[in-house]
Amino acid sequence: VKPVAFDYQRPGDMASAMVLGRRDDAVVKFIAGGQSLGPMLNLRLVQPDLLVDLTALAELKQVEQTDDALVVGACVTHADIEDGRIPDITRGALPAVARGIAYRAVRNRGTIGGSLAHADPAADWTACLAALGASVLIRAASGRREVPVEAFMVGVFETALAPGEIVEAVKIPKLSGSARWGFYKVCRKAGEFAHAIGAVLHDPERSVCRAVIGATERRPIVFGDAGAVLGGKKGADLAGSLDEALVRRTLHSAGVTDPIRQQVHVVALRRAAAQAVA
Amino acid sequence: LKSQGVGARLVRKEDDRLLRGRGEFVADIRVAGMQDVAFLRSPVAHARIRGTAIPPHLREVAFTAADLVGVKSIRAVSGLPGFKVSEQPVLAIGKVRYVGELVAMCLGPTRADAEDVAAAIVLDVEELPAVHDMLEARKPAAALVHEHWEDNVFLETFVDINSARMAEAPIKVTREIRTARQCMAPIEGRGVVATWETRLEQLTIYSACQMPHIIRTGLAECLGLDHGQVRVIAPDVGGGFGYKGILLAEEVALGWLAMRCGHPVRWIEDRREHLTAGANCREHHYRITGYADHDGRLVGIDCEATVDSGAYSSYPFSACLEAAQVASILPGTYDFPAYRCRTFSAATNKCPILPYRGVARTGVCFALELILDAIAREVGIEPHELRMRNLVRAEQMPFENITKKHFDSGDYPQSLRRAVAVIGVDAVRARQQRGESDGRLIGVGLALYCEQAAHGTSVYAGWGIPMVPGYEQATARLTPDGGLELRVGVHSHGQGLETTLAQVAHEILGIDVAKIKLVHGDTALTPYSTGTWGSRCMVMAGGAVAAACKEIAQRAARIGARLLQTDAAEVVVRDGYAVAANGSISLAEISSTWYLRPQDLPSDVDPGGLEATVGYKPERDSGTFSYATHAAIVAVDSEIGDVEILDYVIVEDGGRLVNPMIVEGQIYGGLAQGIGTALYEEMPYDRSGQPLASTLADYLLPGPLEVPAPRLDHMETPSPYTQFGVKGIGEGGAIAPPATIANAVNDALRPLGAELLCSPITPRRILEAIAAAGGRRRS
Repeated sequence: VKPVAFDYQRPGDMASAMVLGRRDDAVVKFIAGGQSLGPMLNLRLVQPDLLVDLTALAELKQVEQTDDALVVGACVTHADIEDGRIPDITRGALPAVARGIAYRAVRNRGTIGGSLAHADPAADWTACLAALGASVLIRAASGRREVPVEAFMVGVFETALAPGEIVEAVKIPKLSGSARWGFYKVCRKAGEFAHAIGAVLHDPERSVCRAVIGATERRPIVFGDAGAVLGGKKGADLAGSLDEALVRRTLHSAGVTDPIRQQVHVVALRRAAAQAVA
Repeated sequence: LKSQGVGARLVRKEDDRLLRGRGEFVADIRVAGMQDVAFLRSPVAHARIRGTAIPPHLREVAFTAADLVGVKSIRAVSGLPGFKVSEQPVLAIGKVRYVGELVAMCLGPTRADAEDVAAAIVLDVEELPAVHDMLEARKPAAALVHEHWEDNVFLETFVDINSARMAEAPIKVTREIRTARQCMAPIEGRGVVATWETRLEQLTIYSACQMPHIIRTGLAECLGLDHGQVRVIAPDVGGGFGYKGILLAEEVALGWLAMRCGHPVRWIEDRREHLTAGANCREHHYRITGYADHDGRLVGIDCEATVDSGAYSSYPFSACLEAAQVASILPGTYDFPAYRCRTFSAATNKCPILPYRGVARTGVCFALELILDAIAREVGIEPHELRMRNLVRAEQMPFENITKKHFDSGDYPQSLRRAVAVIGVDAVRARQQRGESDGRLIGVGLALYCEQAAHGTSVYAGWGIPMVPGYEQATARLTPDGGLELRVGVHSHGQGLETTLAQVAHEILGIDVAKIKLVHGDTALTPYSTGTWGSRCMVMAGGAVAAACKEIAQRAARIGARLLQTDAAEVVVRDGYAVAANGSISLAEISSTWYLRPQDLPSDVDPGGLEATVGYKPERDSGTFSYATHAAIVAVDSEIGDVEILDYVIVEDGGRLVNPMIVEGQIYGGLAQGIGTALYEEMPYDRSGQPLASTLADYLLPGPLEVPAPRLDHMETPSPYTQFGVKGIGEGGAIAPPATIANAVNDALRPLGAELLCSPITPRRILEAIAAAGGRRRS
């Protein structure tokens, strides 16, 4: 399997990249780490005329910390996060999730923005960042816009990006000192894409309690106020009182009708909740 | 230097280049003017070809069957009565019979260009109903894979020994057991470079293959060339496992293309081709009944086995080797009086079946050992107790079993006793009583097998397939500096033969293994051999190397006697010297005399000099029987269906071990593949015959974290029939893990009443079995 012939450009500034991305006489794909796009090119599932490599854009590698958030450039790699080369404002959640993504070789090149833009429902970041309440900063010709992670992913391999728009960064809220989180991924072997993800954030100081079901075959299911699904209780009872019937109903209406798949998602969410109170 | 001989844990000679990434594989070979080939493969499982439209501007770089004038189809006929013959065209003629079958051959300066050519061809087909399942294939209404056959069965076999006795048995347990279709997934796929050498008037084929001489024979037949016009070279090869033990349609096609184009051509299999067009092994179905008395003594086994043989009979092992072997090896390591087995080699619209490491044994062991556990549960005794009551005992050896297999030696009960003790069955029972703090269920399982290896002429003449192994030959040649060259027709692609055959030669001649060079993998340089398969190399090529070195020792002794001015009968060769009472002289000195100072040679010197080609067979050629007990402890997460292997023990008897470290490596590798069969690997097909796992994201292979470090325990019962008492062990590691792990999972799930009878044991299958058992309890 080899890709079709395509042109390749590696612009040095954002403006040039955006001009290339808006070309309407050609099928243009942006590439960052290439860990998902590479295989799709080789399998000829994607047949672009032009590949625009974003890895020379310095602004996409920047990391900026404010009082209440961390803005992580789209081209920051999973390994950068795993190894602590960016500050952690998530009480260990980001490095822990990064460590579980695929294999080290993939983490060395794969990027957080690329992962979101690829929009694979089974990807770790989408579920994790949705639980953290993160948003995607999008650069458009007309300026910038910000979209919550769970709204950024529209469907399988589909995002809210308009043609020519580029994921610039991810904005992640800073957790309070007492925040607890849980992330439970079901997969058959190390490095495999997930069959189910449960992600829970419990941050009472900020009055945040979020729960996410990931790796369904669509965008993640987000309980923005997870109080109800977690039994309406706080603190130590969080996990034990998971409203499994509610979770199953939610899964069912999201198209997950197979009882065994429902069960695995329920268990993943319950175990994530248990981590968040452990 | 003594530490280099038979039994030494010598570091592998070949690893210096292989571990540094300096091996030379087919894809590393560069020949001037070489172009790349990509194949247009059938996108459908079963169809009539209405047309293959090649755009006019590509007519010179795209070829179909119509172009291959004079090229014969691949035919692998078994002599077993009733075998139906299939003709596998090199490029499809008239019909396609599986997804991935070669339709057109496309040429380009690079592989990407060649794929562009393939993408431009329009294939027009009329789809036919696909035979996607081996049991459906046997039904009268099934579509016919080969329309001139009356059914879809390559071969049916039947054996009945005292089956009337089974009726008396008070315990009767029946199960339907199935194993999934798999890909062998060697790290290196297949690959071919073909060149026509004008000077030699010779077609040279570099191929990632296990049996270069057999490939040469098959190529010459298909291409209508003299054998002398074909040279096959297997360079470094990255794993075989049986996948590289056949004649490829691609090899024939590229041979033709190199002659047609006049420039070298190459095709390197990619992983997608491997997964979709090469899922060719392990798919068995058993309807099996075990009969026993109330004490758990086996009365008999009654079985109907079906093997999904795919669309064609592959060369040389044929479409029926696997199923026919099922009938002869199903009784395993046990002694019981009654046996009945019917087998079917079913033709389906899938790629042709090939013998994968362990061949039919992995499936057979799975079926038999699962039924034994089911009987043990029925009788109410420990599974190891049941086995102990039925194993062939040491004092019965050599033993002819119910299907006339001649077990050469061993102590099966001892391997079982040791495994039970090392894994700690009693401790597991206590732990199960206590329960786990994390809620998982613990189970222990075990399985035994014996593995016929290096079986020779008398066995294979009976199969009547295109290849029958005879004497295995090796050439030994002292070089003028006192080094040794060995030339063998078998091929080493991970087995470490460059080391172990040197150890054998060292054992006879005492030459430093660093100065022993193994030449293999080239039909122009080595004696004819059926190659590497059937765990035969150490027994056969090892025996041949020993025989050739003994001949060299005799000839060197005669020259040495003259130089020492003594009688040849007084001289022995050891430690690299010819030694007599009055002194000794080095083999290097003797060698330089033969090559450089012939005037000093005795008048009665053997004119063959210091080079000898000698053939070898064991005293009996019915095969060596290595064996093992595998035991595993697993933890099953009954909420998500996850299985973790907590401990794995192998007590194995490979006879005399030439290099125990290499044997252990073979067992580790086999275990990894066995774990793949047990828990991960499966190529599902849909009803239209489409393979559904086309990337390694869908076709799961176990990685380092999924393969535990097993605890090994060696027994060494020498074979009475072979040089040094060695036995073949190459395949064994892959045979027992699926049965062992399944038995352990079933032991863990016993409180829930769930039982798994199918490999791989996926989370979904576990959860379904638990749900079904819950449903049974409620109703």
